Amino acid sequence: MAGDAKIVLDGVKKAFGSNHVLDGVDLEIERGESMAIIGQSGSGKSVTLKCILGLVRPDAGAIRVDGEDISSMSTRDMERIRAKFGMLFQGSALFDSLPIWRNVTFALTQGRMLDARNMRKIAAENLERVGLGSEVLDLRPSELSGGMQKRVALARAIAPRPEIIFFDEPTTGLDPIRADVINDLIVELVDDLGVTALTITHDMASARKIAHRVAMLYRGKIIWTGPRDRLYDSGNPYVDQFVQGQAEGPIR
Amino acid sequence: MSVSLKSVIAFVAWVGRLLISALAGIGRVTIFAATTVSRAVRPPYYPARLLEQFMQIGWFSLPVVGMTAIFSGAALAQQTFTAGSRFNATSTVPAIVVLGIVRELGPVLVGLMVAGRVSSAMAAELGTMRVTEQLDALTTLRTDPYRYLIAPRLLAALIAIPLMVLIANAIGIFGGYFVAVYKLDFNAIGYLEVTRQYLTATDLQMAVVKSAFFGFFIALMGCYHGFRAQGGAAGVGRATTDAVVSAFILILLSNMIITLMAFG
Repeated sequence: MAGDAKIVLDGVKKAFGSNHVLDGVDLEIERGESMAIIGQSGSGKSVTLKCILGLVRPDAGAIRVDGEDISSMSTRDMERIRAKFGMLFQGSALFDSLPIWRNVTFALTQGRMLDARNMRKIAAENLERVGLGSEVLDLRPSELSGGMQKRVALARAIAPRPEIIFFDEPTTGLDPIRADVINDLIVELVDDLGVTALTITHDMASARKIAHRVAMLYRGKIIWTGPRDRLYDSGNPYVDQFVQGQAEGPIR
Repeated sequence: MSVSLKSVIAFVAWVGRLLISALAGIGRVTIFAATTVSRAVRPPYYPARLLEQFMQIGWFSLPVVGMTAIFSGAALAQQTFTAGSRFNATSTVPAIVVLGIVRELGPVLVGLMVAGRVSSAMAAELGTMRVTEQLDALTTLRTDPYRYLIAPRLLAALIAIPLMVLIANAIGIFGGYFVAVYKLDFNAIGYLEVTRQYLTATDLQMAVVKSAFFGFFIALMGCYHGFRAQGGAAGVGRATTDAVVSAFILILLSNMIITLMAFG
């Protein structure tokens, strides 16, 4: 049922100047489902995500989270909706002026320096979930490798126990082995915490591992949606070209 | 004829575009400032961030502000003496030093020095946070960047700059005194007596008002340009330059307006 979906995008449009990045995106993500959006660089994946997060306001269309339309919401209501979200940023986006444990518990204190003892404990618990020990608690983000930063960012995203988690290119910049470790972590966390997940990626291995369903974004529209097992026999020439990474085909 | 008409039209269009973009810029800055104020009045508040910014803007700027003040006061005393000696008016040195420092040089020089130090640092820091998505991350972590980052900077600058200007005034007057007494053979007691006569509460109040404006502009330009930075390292560089240049212009422009209104 449409009314039951966790996130619904209905004809979402967004243009920057004359560049129509989103040209009527329709998408439904069910409660507890893990959905991946694939597409080329510049196809509008990030803008789609930023529209749902309320960081970018769409020009037209509706975005419903738990049935509430967020596209024309007041700042105060939007803050309430955002409390349902967690996000893993492509470059991790850790706060480099704060130690790891303050980073992980940032959402819980809204950046205030409260309750240090308890917060350290919560940070350690969440870091353990992503396979990091308490020895990193007092380090700064710049002292960690890219893969470890990604894990810290993951711990930060899950610490407030969001209902929905967004993953922006979670494996970009990692070697294939570390990428797979992150994929496994995401699958495990999504299952354990029972969250709804939306991943944007152009890493096919990652999409197939993380997602229950995959949607392909092309020229500002969703041109195909299907279960992950159908990704390599979608019968859609655009999807075929993209997942097989061929220069020749309908996508130029 | 038609060529010159075309060039006239092109010129008018150019002036028009310039005017429109200037007005749009003023509008964006105003919205940015108004958003910050309207968000900052509601909790959560960030006293730790405020203190941190106060230290950054005020305390760590003291050495540079102190040096600026003492050098300027000393040079001003020497120049006044040199000019005054032509008219047998060297006795005006303490009066000119105190009026010059308190009314103009103190606020403006402190404003410019701190703008160079602080607007640039704010723009670079916030700009880097923008291009590395840390500002978006704040928002997804239930934290309002206006409350967490902008409001403490604006408030800290609004308080710190007037305090520093008062300190700089004292140091600047001392710089003039030092040169007058130890180089130009002024009588120390007499010099201080004239200084005291010409040092008025009204002038000090005016210095505080001016420097509060300067502090506001310093933080506003640093935050605004940093917040809007885009396009990686080059974008952060541009934001930093824009922040310092626009802060300088706003300081000098508002100083002129306030001076013309107050002393005109």
